[in-house]
Amino acid sequence: MSTVAAPAPSFPRGRVKPVAHWHDRLAQGLLLLSCALLAIFLLAPLAMILVKSTEDKSGAFVGLQLFREYLQNPALRDSAFNTFWVALTVTAITVPLAFTFAYALTRSCMPAKGAFRLVALTPILSPSMLAAISFIQWFGNQGALKSWLFGNTVYGPIGIIISAVYAIFPHALMIVLTSLLLADGRLYEAAESLGTPRLRKFFTITLPAARYGIISAAMVTFSYTVSDFGIPKVIGGNFSVLAIDIFKQVIGQQNFNRGAVVSLVLLLPVVIAFLVDWWMQGRQQSQFSARAVPYVPKPSRGFDTTMLAFCIVVCTFLLAVLGMAVYTSFIKLWPYNLSFSLRHYVFGLVDGGVIDSYFNSLKMAFITAALGTTLIFGTAYLLEKTRGAPLARAFIRLLATIPMAVPGMVLGLGYIFFFNHPDNPLHVLYGGMLILAASTIVHYYTSSHLTAVTALKALDNEFEAVSASLKVPFYKTFFRVTVPVCLPAILDIARYLFINAMVTISAVVFLYSPDTKLASIAIINLDEAGEIGPAAAMSTLIVATSATICLIYAAATRWLIGRTQAWRKPATPA
Amino acid sequence: MSSPVVSSDNSYLRLSGITKRFGKFTALSDIALAVERGRLMTFLGPSGCGKTTLLRIIAGLETQDEGTIVQGGRDVSRLPAMHRDYGIVFQSYALFPNLTIFANVAYGLVNRRKGYEEIRRRVAELLKLVGLPDAGPKYPGQLSGGQQQRIALARALATSPGLLLLDEPLSALDALERVRLRGEIRALQQRLGVTTIMVTHDQEEALSMADKVVVMNQGRIEQVGTPQQIYRDPASAFVADFVGKVNVLSAVAEGSGRFRVSNLVFDGAAGSAAIAPGTRVKLYLRPEDVLINGAAGSQPNTASAKVTKVEFLGAFCLVTLALVGAEDQPLVVNLSRHSTDEMNLAVGALLQVGLPADCMRLLG
Repeated sequence: MSTVAAPAPSFPRGRVKPVAHWHDRLAQGLLLLSCALLAIFLLAPLAMILVKSTEDKSGAFVGLQLFREYLQNPALRDSAFNTFWVALTVTAITVPLAFTFAYALTRSCMPAKGAFRLVALTPILSPSMLAAISFIQWFGNQGALKSWLFGNTVYGPIGIIISAVYAIFPHALMIVLTSLLLADGRLYEAAESLGTPRLRKFFTITLPAARYGIISAAMVTFSYTVSDFGIPKVIGGNFSVLAIDIFKQVIGQQNFNRGAVVSLVLLLPVVIAFLVDWWMQGRQQSQFSARAVPYVPKPSRGFDTTMLAFCIVVCTFLLAVLGMAVYTSFIKLWPYNLSFSLRHYVFGLVDGGVIDSYFNSLKMAFITAALGTTLIFGTAYLLEKTRGAPLARAFIRLLATIPMAVPGMVLGLGYIFFFNHPDNPLHVLYGGMLILAASTIVHYYTSSHLTAVTALKALDNEFEAVSASLKVPFYKTFFRVTVPVCLPAILDIARYLFINAMVTISAVVFLYSPDTKLASIAIINLDEAGEIGPAAAMSTLIVATSATICLIYAAATRWLIGRTQAWRKPATPA
Repeated sequence: MSSPVVSSDNSYLRLSGITKRFGKFTALSDIALAVERGRLMTFLGPSGCGKTTLLRIIAGLETQDEGTIVQGGRDVSRLPAMHRDYGIVFQSYALFPNLTIFANVAYGLVNRRKGYEEIRRRVAELLKLVGLPDAGPKYPGQLSGGQQQRIALARALATSPGLLLLDEPLSALDALERVRLRGEIRALQQRLGVTTIMVTHDQEEALSMADKVVVMNQGRIEQVGTPQQIYRDPASAFVADFVGKVNVLSAVAEGSGRFRVSNLVFDGAAGSAAIAPGTRVKLYLRPEDVLINGAAGSQPNTASAKVTKVEFLGAFCLVTLALVGAEDQPLVVNLSRHSTDEMNLAVGALLQVGLPADCMRLLG
């Protein structure tokens, strides 16, 4: 058929399929690995709680039977109610306090703002139990200021509420502070030129701009109080709340299925709070203006003095709490022998071998910080700066936001169900240090993830494109450019994970073994045994460690910026 | 398998049938284009016209849904960016902030296992080429925007790529620096003879730098031509509107090449006789093509006009006129400062204007 001209080869005009470079495949493979890790350490444990809540003790499916039983049990119903109103009260106290404090820091000309801010953040360094111990010392049966309660007992809602306010205050403050710092100075100048009084400016400019921050702070405060286990355990007395119920069901009665049901009841309000916050955040986007001019307050004697007085009162309260715990750890026997002594450290902790739990905590915190920072920053990098695998990306984005909405107790219980299952090949992790670190990383994933994403988004989007055009593999650019430039954020994540690993209690309380007992758990046990001195000593050790890490972080950041990051300096005038 | 790519012409880069959709939105539709070896082509168009997407597809940073790209006789349609041969400069410079200028320029060289001495020589040569021989030990943050963009250019050229892609390289710079750098880039491109594509939304930039301009709109090519062709002989109403200033007069054809503008009748350009009487058309005329007073008398399309506005722009003035008999369609004229001074032009003055038929374009 050579005489007939062959028809020109025609190609179907189908979709062009790009040839993937192995670098792209590597990046996508790592992304899938992140998906797998999040699925195993977050999604699967949560799913197991759902499964267990619909099974009876023998593992047979009973549908919503356990929920029905729960609703008919007046004791459990009571604790749901208690949890709810206590959390609402804490929110109603904390948010106005935090807002006024933040307002003083941003809108007044009072002196020593830096010092006030520093003191306000100190509660972050301590486990929540520290506040409870301190308030027992102040207002308990033998408390120094017992009379201030007019015959009411601190063991119960009063103690829980004031301890929770102390513990959550810095978190609420940071959120509100950020929203107040976003204020646009031009709006205030415009209002001033129109002769607007201070109060009207507050209601028409300040409050509308800060409202999302206020709502966010309220949601975080509410969730924290609902989820916290350490405070009601130490100072709650016979007052029942959901977090204690879960603990009793699981550890006390070994009734895991009912524990799952209670944990879902606990999960519900937290998820609602999370969704409200998330929805509000989405609406906030349109408020930002790149051209906003920072607000600079002007001196005003009366106002500045009022704000100063307020901050002094709040900081005195905060220091009194921390100070009492530290003081308790260094005296012989409250309130009979107030002479200085190291016996709580020496006899209470070292001689009793309880100090091992402190070293376990240190070890766990280092593993959490090292492993967590690598995983979280690496995943955020792959998410933001590589291409392909759109489904995996969407999956990670979703999963990264979930931990914020999961109370530690729920996560910990899910870990028992999932990892303690005899058929699970990951069962080997159970009882080890790694599972404690894993639960802590997951528990604090969301904030760290957001820090990483924010830092990465600040980088020029075209670094990767430039590298590809120069035939430099993406991982080289990652190590040579991305990591050095993001180092401050990376250190920030490491510090955040370390400190939280030192103080965390709610997830790990279900997961520790005799070999991996942590300092925070030791505090609970010491307190239960009436050893309040050694418990205070252990709390003090944790605070000292966290403070040291913060100092090291500050020094390291300063050194980095001074030395290897000379390029951060502003351009020298040409 | 790829279709035969040998071509008799001198094209270095050939695009055919390039189509790109984002969901329901068609960003590029059936783009065909050839860039000649050693020439500079600009993609000009409003934001969202698809010019940057097209550049990113050529770079392999996006993948087209359909179509082929042949570069230097090699079908690169499906290749990842790493396997293509180009250097790229972005609007944001994208210099690595933590590396010195030397390390930035050497970034692509280090990876090619070249000796240190060779790299040092090449970097020095490039820094000299872009006029910043002493910048080596500095950091990007210590340079001005224009200097940073010169370094980005040096980095893109370091590996001697066959194709240079410039994505709005001058948009982030101030006006003076922009004009200076555009001359430098053009001179450098001609000296090195590197085939170059530049994306811009600035018509002045496109006209002054390019061998060929591609005007794009809504994912399609409106016109490809030399800067002169684009300006003098726009192929579409969009091009006439987008490139330069233009007067648009609504008219009705009267047959035999004559057109009625409100109550006035003008001769159209040669070749417009075929248009059926009664057809509604639009006449396009550049402000600088309108003749005034003495100059107007020598040709047939004349009219009286009244000055309604004089806008002083420094070297020249934009004068808005109302044609007597077509007051509803104001005409803008571009006059030098000297001629306005001479005529002592002010609002209310009466003029004779001429609308040369050979400068008038009829566009749909």
